[in-house]
Amino acid sequence: MASTAGAAPVAVTPAPAESGRRRGYLGYLLLLPAAAWLILFFVLPLYSLVATSLYDPSGSDFRGYEMTYEWSNYSNALRDYWQPLVRALWYAALATAFCLVLGYVLAYAIAFKAGRWKNLMLVLVVAPFFTSFLVRTLAWKLLLADDGFIVSSLQAVHLLGPDGRLLATPIAVVAGLTYNFLPFMVLPLFASIDKIDHRLIEASSDLYANPFVGFFKVTWPLSLPGVISGTLLTFIPAAGDYINATLLGNTNTRVVGAVIQSLFTDANNYPAAAALSVILMTLIVGMVLVYVRRAGTEELL
Amino acid sequence: MIGRWLRDHLVLLLGLAVLAYTFVPIAVVVLMSFNAPASRNVYKFDAFTLDNWLHPCAPEGMCSAVGRSIEIGLLATLVATILGTLAAFALVRHDFAGRSSSNLLIFLPMASPEIVMGSSLLALFVAGGLGGKLGFGTIFVAHVMFCLSFVIVTVRSRLAGLDDNLEQAAMDLYATPQQTFWRVTFPLVFPGILGAALLSFSLSFDDFIITNLNAGTTTTFPMFVWGAAQRGVPMQVNVVGTVMFLISVLIVVTGEVNSRRRTAKLAR
Repeated sequence: MASTAGAAPVAVTPAPAESGRRRGYLGYLLLLPAAAWLILFFVLPLYSLVATSLYDPSGSDFRGYEMTYEWSNYSNALRDYWQPLVRALWYAALATAFCLVLGYVLAYAIAFKAGRWKNLMLVLVVAPFFTSFLVRTLAWKLLLADDGFIVSSLQAVHLLGPDGRLLATPIAVVAGLTYNFLPFMVLPLFASIDKIDHRLIEASSDLYANPFVGFFKVTWPLSLPGVISGTLLTFIPAAGDYINATLLGNTNTRVVGAVIQSLFTDANNYPAAAALSVILMTLIVGMVLVYVRRAGTEELL
Repeated sequence: MIGRWLRDHLVLLLGLAVLAYTFVPIAVVVLMSFNAPASRNVYKFDAFTLDNWLHPCAPEGMCSAVGRSIEIGLLATLVATILGTLAAFALVRHDFAGRSSSNLLIFLPMASPEIVMGSSLLALFVAGGLGGKLGFGTIFVAHVMFCLSFVIVTVRSRLAGLDDNLEQAAMDLYATPQQTFWRVTFPLVFPGILGAALLSFSLSFDDFIITNLNAGTTTTFPMFVWGAAQRGVPMQVNVVGTVMFLISVLIVVTGEVNSRRRTAKLAR
């Protein structure tokens, strides 16, 4: 996903490598349909969302809405729903951290240890995720159920009390998120780790670095682009997801996605729903910008 | 001896353990497709049966929902793949102003939470007076939108990795630009286009959050499952899950075997 956004001058004065690119209007013609679709159904809707969030909240589907620049929609949404909002971001952050650990091990193993099985293992990473997201999440519901195998094993080794449970707890929600978004972590990590020159790691051990020092001084820094895009690609969808929180959690694990959904479809309170949606988007964009700047790379955008 | 082997293979073993973990729910889905549940709320395997496989359409509305999802998936994939492939060619092969904003436009939908995209589309449809006409058409529009970026990125990476010596060679041998395109470029890019189409079908077939907001009264398969989850899931849902898994494995394995055969042929 390394693009040229950060390198705008390249487009102005084509580098030698780009000399193969043809000039003329054909390029615009080819790009036009896709760009038009995205502008009409991705950019324009965002504008529409912001507009809706400022409508008079007393309007309805039936009577129509009036644009009254109702900024209080935002403060009201924050006041009423700050808990599900914070909860969603917290669950997503936890799941991203777990995904990073599991995903790194898997991506490292595929890139460096799988040998001729590399392609097969990569295929196997993606394969389970072609089965419906909802059906897989329901399978976790069975696995984590109160009389299920996992709960009884944990009870047997006293990691869980006799009436301890997993289903309908935040643990189950985070576990579900971790599971469902793992490939979004593994694939970018693999792409980064696979590119690392193995001789650099050998050099570190020749220079008497033990494997841990070698890992943290050589492998980890070189895999950072993958870590950054992987964590973003996991965190962003996980923050908006409400399937896991609803199916695996309880009423106390309600996340912002579920609130937005029900404000739109059940309560028909479009201004509040839109305001909350804008808040979520703004928070995510803000966090991503801070994170990308901290990590010192803007390669991703 | 064992200690040494273990140390050499520890990372691989851990990796395989993570991989095994990703297959656990699939195993449950396959197992449950043979389950004869004793009650409506299923939490365990009660008894073996083939009924679910013999009568997959027994739950009311499930098969029509699957059919609708396939229909939407095929249509959205067709449109997204064509538009996306054209755009990928434009981005790799043509020079134009506004390249960085185009890249941003393509990247953003992949980096936005589904709930935000879904709710903003709904806001647009409602503002456009389509609030009461949500259904097949609005789902289709939404699906093409979120599949497009993935198609563009997939085809673009295939196209960018292409060896242009082959095209040069064709031109040197007096092929016209049309011949070069259809005999050399297109066949080389085709696996990328096919991969993009498969990815976009599975994204479309699987989408719940965006669809649910923009579907009106139309029901897709994920929406059927969601509705069923509130009142007890029919075991036939697992039959669909198993079939989806088998089909995707079949496609992927065929692709892998084909590419190996082709490499072997070239090596000879």
